[in-house]
Amino acid sequence: MFKTVLREVRQYKTALILTPVWTSAEVVMGVLIPYVTASLIDKGLNAGNLPAVYKYGGMMLGLAVLSLVFGILAGRYAAYSSTGLAANLRQAMYTNIQRFSFSDIDKYSTAGLVTRMTTDVSSIQNATQMLLRTSFRAPLNLVFSFAMCLFINRQLSLIFLAAMVFLSVALYLMISRAAKLFRQILLRYDTLNDVVMENVDAIRVVKAFVREDHEISKFDKAALELYTMSIRAETLMSFNHPLMNLVVYGCIMAVSWFGAHYIVAGNLTTGQLTSLFSYIMMVMNSLMMLSMIFVQLTQSAASVSRVAEVIEEEPDMANPEAPVTALKGGSIDFRNVFFSYKKGGDNALEDINLHIDSGETIGIIGGTGSGKSSLAYLICRLYDVSEGSVEVDGRDVREYDMDALRRHVAIVLQKSTLFSGTILENLRWGNPDATFEECVEACRTACAHEFIEAMPEGYDTVMEQGGFNVSGGQRQRLCIARALLKKPGILILDDSTSAVDTATDARIRESLRRRSPGITTVIVAQRILSIKDADRIVVMDNGRINAVGTHEQLLASNDIYREIYNLQTSGGEADFDA
Amino acid sequence: MPSMMRFGGPHERVPGSGGKVSKTVWRLFRFVFSNYKVSIPFVAICIIVTSLTTLTSNLFTKTLIDDYIVPMTETGSTDFSPLAAAMLRLGAILLVGIIASFTYNLLTVFIGNGTLRKLREELFRHMQKLPLSWFDSRTHGEIMSVYTNDVDTLRQVVSQSVPGILRSLVTIIATFTSMLVMSPLLSVISLLLAALMFYITRRLGTISKKYFTKRQENLGLINGFIQEMVTGQKVVKVYNHEEDAMRQFAALNENMRSSVYNANRISNIIGPINANLGHFGYVLLAIAGAALALGGNVPLTLGTIVAFLTLQRNFNRPVSQISNEINSLAMASAGSDRVYAMLDEQPQKDEGRTVLEGNAAEGWNWKSPDGTLTPLKGLVSLQDVDFCYVADKQVLFDISLTAYPGQKIAFVGGTGAGKTTITNLINRFYEIQDGTICCDGIPVTDLALSSLRKSLGTVLQESKLFSGTIMENIRYGRLDATDEECRAAARLACADSFIRRMPNGYDTVLAADGGNLSQGERQLLCIARAAVADPPVLILDEATSSIDTRTEKLIQEGMASLMKGRTTFVIAHRLSTVQNADYIMVMDKGHIIERGKHAELLALKGKYYELYTGNQIV
Repeated sequence: MFKTVLREVRQYKTALILTPVWTSAEVVMGVLIPYVTASLIDKGLNAGNLPAVYKYGGMMLGLAVLSLVFGILAGRYAAYSSTGLAANLRQAMYTNIQRFSFSDIDKYSTAGLVTRMTTDVSSIQNATQMLLRTSFRAPLNLVFSFAMCLFINRQLSLIFLAAMVFLSVALYLMISRAAKLFRQILLRYDTLNDVVMENVDAIRVVKAFVREDHEISKFDKAALELYTMSIRAETLMSFNHPLMNLVVYGCIMAVSWFGAHYIVAGNLTTGQLTSLFSYIMMVMNSLMMLSMIFVQLTQSAASVSRVAEVIEEEPDMANPEAPVTALKGGSIDFRNVFFSYKKGGDNALEDINLHIDSGETIGIIGGTGSGKSSLAYLICRLYDVSEGSVEVDGRDVREYDMDALRRHVAIVLQKSTLFSGTILENLRWGNPDATFEECVEACRTACAHEFIEAMPEGYDTVMEQGGFNVSGGQRQRLCIARALLKKPGILILDDSTSAVDTATDARIRESLRRRSPGITTVIVAQRILSIKDADRIVVMDNGRINAVGTHEQLLASNDIYREIYNLQTSGGEADFDA
Repeated sequence: MPSMMRFGGPHERVPGSGGKVSKTVWRLFRFVFSNYKVSIPFVAICIIVTSLTTLTSNLFTKTLIDDYIVPMTETGSTDFSPLAAAMLRLGAILLVGIIASFTYNLLTVFIGNGTLRKLREELFRHMQKLPLSWFDSRTHGEIMSVYTNDVDTLRQVVSQSVPGILRSLVTIIATFTSMLVMSPLLSVISLLLAALMFYITRRLGTISKKYFTKRQENLGLINGFIQEMVTGQKVVKVYNHEEDAMRQFAALNENMRSSVYNANRISNIIGPINANLGHFGYVLLAIAGAALALGGNVPLTLGTIVAFLTLQRNFNRPVSQISNEINSLAMASAGSDRVYAMLDEQPQKDEGRTVLEGNAAEGWNWKSPDGTLTPLKGLVSLQDVDFCYVADKQVLFDISLTAYPGQKIAFVGGTGAGKTTITNLINRFYEIQDGTICCDGIPVTDLALSSLRKSLGTVLQESKLFSGTIMENIRYGRLDATDEECRAAARLACADSFIRRMPNGYDTVLAADGGNLSQGERQLLCIARAAVADPPVLILDEATSSIDTRTEKLIQEGMASLMKGRTTFVIAHRLSTVQNADYIMVMDKGHIIERGKHAELLALKGKYYELYTGNQIV
């Protein structure tokens, strides 16, 4: 999973590799400076030698300039490569989502995908930047500083070594325990967020039942649990600072004491002693940094696996090897079709055999869950059949190029989705090259022209996100117009006039017949009025075709059809929301 | 220290500030102080002690060299006992420092987490009192983000920035005093350098804040795009729009990348610049010091210079720390602004003093503040009610109706006709603009909100459930209901049989919002939940819309016994639910256009007849 993420570095690879190089150079400068400082003190200040002060001061300035340059370069390259990696990860995820089939889309929630593409990617980006800037710096600093100590005085360095071992063990014990607690904290956070989310989501229920106090006590409990766990973890971590102080102070004392002896014995200079003090801090700081890296890695591992999951998701539908792109006729054939949404799940369709002639208008009716929509989805290959085959224009849909098939077969989905942008822009989803006249024509056919014209901005009216500034029925008509602009050979309306009143519904069907003759039209509907005039009507029941026939035939022979008809026309179960 | 002094004044803007530290941050500080009146001075003392011991350990270098090592080398003495004594004194001081450091770190943990907890609880408590219009006007994501992102940025302020600034200030003052004592002249140079450093860090903070703002904007854009496109992904596929979507995404993504890159690039510079400015200052002071000392005009020992250089190093660190902390305070300002904006929202007015008294067995009474009792009968009346959700978009016009105790009133009409809105007004989810709504003759505004809502049982259009067991969900209607009462309610709502078929029966744990139940099953549970509350008045908003015809027939009986003797408001699509109502209100565009019994309305041959026969197009 780390590999998947790392692969996305691509064009930022050079920057990624160069960052530690600059960092290392910066570290070398940082390590050399205290050494020069020592000379400045010993050979310059303590010797009262002003030229030496200038010389070593100059050297120090030079090193500082270099260190600054390397530092800025390291920072820049780290920012460049980590943000680049993040951008590539987002792009890779989005690109793969575009390849997702309908069943893949069903698998992830929208909110989940958004979090993966934002929060998780940001967390990977921050971790990468930090790793790049510290993972080399810390060990290098440690090694170099210690080397310098050895170089200055071998015996005194042993003190550092002892301190390092002590601090490492202490930090390891502390952090490994804290890491476990931090994972617990994250879970507590989730619980707290769930309480808020649920409360906000069901606020009407809360208020209706006057359960504010009950909700508050639920929240307080979650807040208390989070508090207790945070206190436990952070109490442990609050040993960190005093522990560092203890070790640093200990080193200072020891180095002072033994250093004094060495100086008196003439084995060490005061300048060297000051340098040693600087190195104490460096060594200890690098150890702290290493421990932070450890913490950061464990924290971002979760994000890495969530991002990798989306990138690695293999879409369960692919174009055939030699796709057929030519489609002309509008005939449809179902041959022994079985279909289920989940592998091994209950069949949504069973044993479907149906031939639809080119140019025919077919109505599909049946109760909720009877398989009407599933039947429609299979025609434009939104899902693949489990058994049997679906043919369009005499060929299995799996032999066609998917884009070509979906250009030829236009489906208006149940949920009418529009995108932010003008009405015209939304219509041109159907055909980017459609002229204004063509768009108007399509809207006339879908009975949308009138209300669009009535809007102050007409076709340039800007849709809000989700198109919620027009009514449900208007949205559905726009969706039909959008589909018509494809100039499809087959048009599928999946319950797409449910929010349109019955009069307009009839007018739409009438104008479809008149203005677009020759199109095979499949109308899936709840309302019997929407399909009554179809050439043939398919009655679905429990995933199977119950009967096929004209309105009159079915009324005479089919029980289910007659029952629906009676309920809807005599008013017994009529839908008031016409 | 002119720059430092300015920071001391709470309401002054820091020069070259990376954005303003918002007033709400100071409000947060006051909140913390008022909650931890004892601990905070103690923390301050501990921080001062810690900083002073650190300083002592730094100053010890000078003492060590000047007072012990140099004399010893000069005299050739090998008597280390004076040094040993000094080291013991130092050790004792450092030990005190370590204890102080531990104490304040521990206290900060308690203060920080305690403050966050109090703040969260206050937020949630306050949110429960906010009117529904507040919830309607923002997305769930926005509200959640206050609890997660915004409160979390305050953690940084309380447990890091403030102690950090305090620690740095103490170190700066103490260090600078020692520096002044050692050499006023060098101190001035050092101060100038520190000011420069402070200025640069703040300046970089400002620049980087600009990019961070840009980054937030781009983040918003890309969030919105993903949200919209992923939600409409099926349409994208059906229209072969993938390429286009990817192109648009790539453009947004590139903007996002470059703004994050710029923001990070600038903030990554701050570290190296501060570190190396420190080196520059060091060299500058070394040269100046050496020149002065060797010039012989100024009383400066070489040991003093060496010690001064060490101090200078310790002086720089807190200066850059303070400016960094101020940068992060400015960044946290946005978070505290949002937290306090939510806390400052006006709660729904709840000034009614008449409360509900009694119980289901002996009957309920309205008790007014002067002690008079009015029996609760379930008489609900609306008189000339006008209402709009947002100003200028009136959705209800001049609604008048009276529901007598035990009557069943049905509302029918198209989407947006205002049926649900009327029921939302009866339980005072929203405040009306004009007219009056009374329960048993008492205006609803005179009733305590909680009492009013307790008298009404509501089954809402959207069947919302809570995570927890099925039993807990039913009991939500009345918290002191026994298991048997809950089961009886479930039987009444025809939910008992499907519940018992579940793996753990009534103890089955529901996923968030009852995700593992079908829509119809969730509605049955909601009905059971309302039944267990046993309220005098019922509001059923599309309560049976997703229940299939067969089950609906089954629960018909249960519903009938539930409605018996209670005033009931029903909103329904299905005729069977509406037919036997005492009164049917036909609504259209916010008006009641027809009212009467089923047969009367049919005879009227108006809108109801049209809806009923469904043949207006023939």
